[in-house]
Amino acid sequence: MANIISDETIEYVGILAKLELSDGEREQAKSDMGRMLDYIDKLGELDTTDVEPMSHVFPVQNVFREDVVTNGDDREQLLSNAPQEKNGMFMAPKTFE
Amino acid sequence: MKITDMTAVQLSAAIKVGKATAVEAAEAVLSQIEREDKKYNCYVTVDREGALAQAKSVQEQIEAGTLTGPLAGVPVALKDNLCTEGLLTTCSSKILHNFVPTYTAAAVKNLKKAGAVILGKTNMDEFAMGSTTETSAYGPTKNPRNPEHVPGGSSGGSAAAVAAGECIYAIGSDTGGSIRQPASYCGVVGMKPTYGTVSRYGLIAYGSSLDQIGPLTKDVSDCATVLEVLASHDEKDSTSVARDDTDFTSALTEDVAGLRIGIPNDYLGEGLDGEVKTAVLQAAEALEKKGAIVERFDLSLVDYAIPAYYTIAAAEASSNLERFDGIKYGYRAKEYEGLHNMYKKSRSEGFGEEVKRRIMLGSFVLSSGYYDAYYLKALKVKALIKKAFDEAFAKYDIILGPVAPTTAPKLGESLTDPIQMYLGDIYTIAVNLAGLPGISVPCGQDGKGLPIGLQMIGDCFQEKKLIRAAYTYELCEKKF
Amino acid sequence: MSKQYETVIGLEVHVELATRTKIFCGCSTAFGAEPNTQTCPVCTGMPGSLPVLNKQVLEYAIAVGLATNCDITRYAKFDRKNYFYPDNPQNYQISQLYLPICRNGGVEIETAQGGVKTVGIHEIHMEEDAGKLIHDEWEDCSLVDYNRSGVPLIEIVSEPDMRSAEEVIAYLEKLRLVIQYLGASDCKLQEGSMRADVNLSVREVGAKEFGTRTEMKNLNSFKAITRAIEGERERQIDLIESGESVVQETRRWDDGKGESYAMRSKEDAQDYRYFPDPDLTPISVSEEMLAGILAKQPEFRTEKMKRYKEEFDIPDYDIDIITGEKPLADLFEATVALGGQPKKVSNWLMGETLRLMKERETDASDLCFSPENLAKLIGLTERKEINSSVAKEVFEVMFEQDIDPETYVEEKGLKTVNDEGALKKIVEEVIAANPQSVEDYRNGKEKAIGFLVGQTMKAMKGKADPGTVNQMLKELL
Repeated sequence: MANIISDETIEYVGILAKLELSDGEREQAKSDMGRMLDYIDKLGELDTTDVEPMSHVFPVQNVFREDVVTNGDDREQLLSNAPQEKNGMFMAPKTFE
Repeated sequence: MKITDMTAVQLSAAIKVGKATAVEAAEAVLSQIEREDKKYNCYVTVDREGALAQAKSVQEQIEAGTLTGPLAGVPVALKDNLCTEGLLTTCSSKILHNFVPTYTAAAVKNLKKAGAVILGKTNMDEFAMGSTTETSAYGPTKNPRNPEHVPGGSSGGSAAAVAAGECIYAIGSDTGGSIRQPASYCGVVGMKPTYGTVSRYGLIAYGSSLDQIGPLTKDVSDCATVLEVLASHDEKDSTSVARDDTDFTSALTEDVAGLRIGIPNDYLGEGLDGEVKTAVLQAAEALEKKGAIVERFDLSLVDYAIPAYYTIAAAEASSNLERFDGIKYGYRAKEYEGLHNMYKKSRSEGFGEEVKRRIMLGSFVLSSGYYDAYYLKALKVKALIKKAFDEAFAKYDIILGPVAPTTAPKLGESLTDPIQMYLGDIYTIAVNLAGLPGISVPCGQDGKGLPIGLQMIGDCFQEKKLIRAAYTYELCEKKF
Repeated sequence: MSKQYETVIGLEVHVELATRTKIFCGCSTAFGAEPNTQTCPVCTGMPGSLPVLNKQVLEYAIAVGLATNCDITRYAKFDRKNYFYPDNPQNYQISQLYLPICRNGGVEIETAQGGVKTVGIHEIHMEEDAGKLIHDEWEDCSLVDYNRSGVPLIEIVSEPDMRSAEEVIAYLEKLRLVIQYLGASDCKLQEGSMRADVNLSVREVGAKEFGTRTEMKNLNSFKAITRAIEGERERQIDLIESGESVVQETRRWDDGKGESYAMRSKEDAQDYRYFPDPDLTPISVSEEMLAGILAKQPEFRTEKMKRYKEEFDIPDYDIDIITGEKPLADLFEATVALGGQPKKVSNWLMGETLRLMKERETDASDLCFSPENLAKLIGLTERKEINSSVAKEVFEVMFEQDIDPETYVEEKGLKTVNDEGALKKIVEEVIAANPQSVEDYRNGKEKAIGFLVGQTMKAMKGKADPGTVNQMLKELL
């Protein structure tokens, strides 16, 4: 296995992705990710010099909307799924000390 | 004929002439669900009350002459990643266990306008990540053709519901084969249209550049009919394409004379089950007898589609699934310390293993230092794959091959080795990378009685050629 | 401090665009609505929702780019910037990294030494604003309001070309003026429609390399910016002098305490995993689109100053002040177009308007009186229907609530009494009642007549024209 994924990498990716893994999951994740990356490394066999990366398959461009208000107020609906709400707002753990 | 055995076209015709009513149709299918679903677990949510109310209202409109379309009064099942206002939508995930959307997906609105009666939401692989419907947080769905086997995935609930008569037709989504492969495993017709044909507004995203909504039906006529209703240009989806050729039912003709069909040698090689290979080649022969020109050819880069796909899909998924954070909707962990711990706990407890695996991979390939080597590289390979298809379609109208290397595996056999599972997508995945339309049509069964699927792939916007060929093939099959 | 240090400053300026709707959905951007009442599935990150670009945002961004001498990117894209925070409903912000809409521009500023220097603009990109977080003391938690989520922003990233707080202010003033002239934003620092983050490093004078920079956020006024720059310069020099090194980090300025603190946390990896947003299509800027936007570019300040000089007989100083605020220039031109004599209009703006703006701390963009009413007021004084002190009184009311001065004067009975007979009667009474002043005047004390005019005005409750009164007194004496 060429790609050795360290504990630090898993920890770092966990911070980026906001995932916390148990010890067992962590070992599994290290092995899975290493194997997947080995597999993806296959792409390196292809010469892609001068190839433009393709994010959209079709040349659809310039899709715009006019600057016209179309939406009303549906706050009640919006908040209907909130785990916690107060005064018409979503409630989250405090963001700064 | 029993209502639950009818196709959508047959049922709507029966309703139109008064041989059945929309309410009778809904009741028949609902009681089939009640009888059968304990065995198959096709549905996450059955909306009995809602379906009957819709059926009543649709019947009134049919009688008043305001609803005349070919889907009026026909009951449909929706994959549980399509937002439905007021109706639980879970993506088969714990993280959305209580999520009730505040709006309805554009594609579903099109169906409702055509008088469809929505029965409920079908089971799927969690967030459409999987090929067996076993990654669902609400238990696996079983294949109605043999309940010891999986129905395929990720639209496994939809495919199984069609096969079990628990709906007349169903809607799925296809990111890497998620309509075509379960259609193949369950012996029904499934189609993934050209990217941009059906609005993605209201489809809970997995891989945004790959996702398309499409039909799972009992036959090709239903497939064309449903796709015609689903397709529309939507101003709310920037990637939606304005097309004036979505009269797909006009292609329901028995005519393949002169149609050039190419079979990639790469789709018949190592890993392909012998029985599947035989069935697919027999299907090609049947089309040849009808006047099609069938050739073998080398489609290059087939082995690179899977690694490119999993890089792109995982990257997009890692970003698309960031919004599930326990603040606005869905699951929030019971105990946590502070904001970031709340995020981590809610997401770690809310997402299943396969989803976490892909989020981790996707976050990694986008992270600083790896973006060029993995993500950008995959986008370049995608460009090469698209080019390979362009070259193929310069020679052929249709590319023909199997949908999957094998028939449906047994429950519990696939999840142990993720890479082995991903390899099962080898024939379907490139179609999504290149944005092409693809259809899966039943073409026999193996020695165990499990269905085999024939895949036909068209160039962009060439769904009609696929429908014509599939319809012609289906007629040959019926004559046997 | 033995060594001489130079401060190197670059700015990231966020400007809220004056569109009616948000950047990717049809929700209103109006200020001050009840929390979460201007939201929809798109700007609250509901599953399945998709963004569609507001065309006006692109046009404003290109217009600002053209006005700041940028190259317009002919093939631009949006990227996702991924980071978790509750004010960011999707937990990614749609922004531009790889192909921003404008690049390689610059504006000229005047330096303290009276010279001119160019501050380079590295790029301008379009992005969406975040929601607002309110700290709830009672529950000790944060409350999230998404009304501002998705409000369009442009971020103007300068080159590290500024060397002092004065240059920073001059650069910001320049940007503010250009953008106000374009009508692309009202650019209010206090209300947050213009926000500046300061990237600052110090180096020894003569050094070739830049020092390590920090980024300072939360600067809500020119004064705060000046104080933060001074504070950060001192802090960095102290670190260097004491042998420590500056850490590259984001710091939050606390203007009350006059100090900054680092905003770092273990959970904040600063790795945004940018990638092209698959939900939005690329932007291709055609020649026609550019020509269309160019044709709509307004007359900018230098052109306006030149034209004022040619067209109106008003002092250069007045021109400088009036064109220095787009709303003042608009008021001036509209009032002149309604028949106000340019010099008189200018006097009202330069005198009473500026005085009251200063006194009430009113922004030029918040002036509420209409050119119609200013023209009417000037008309009233020209026709001598009210005298200047009454006019000032009326103007003050107009400044507050844009009343129609003609109706107001009528209703309050403030019109000058032009009835010669009535006036003469009062004047005669004043003469009779003040023999000493009359005596003084007749003995050559010219000033004494002033007292008599005053007495007459008092008796008339101010509703007389002082010139006429003066004339009449002289005749009668």
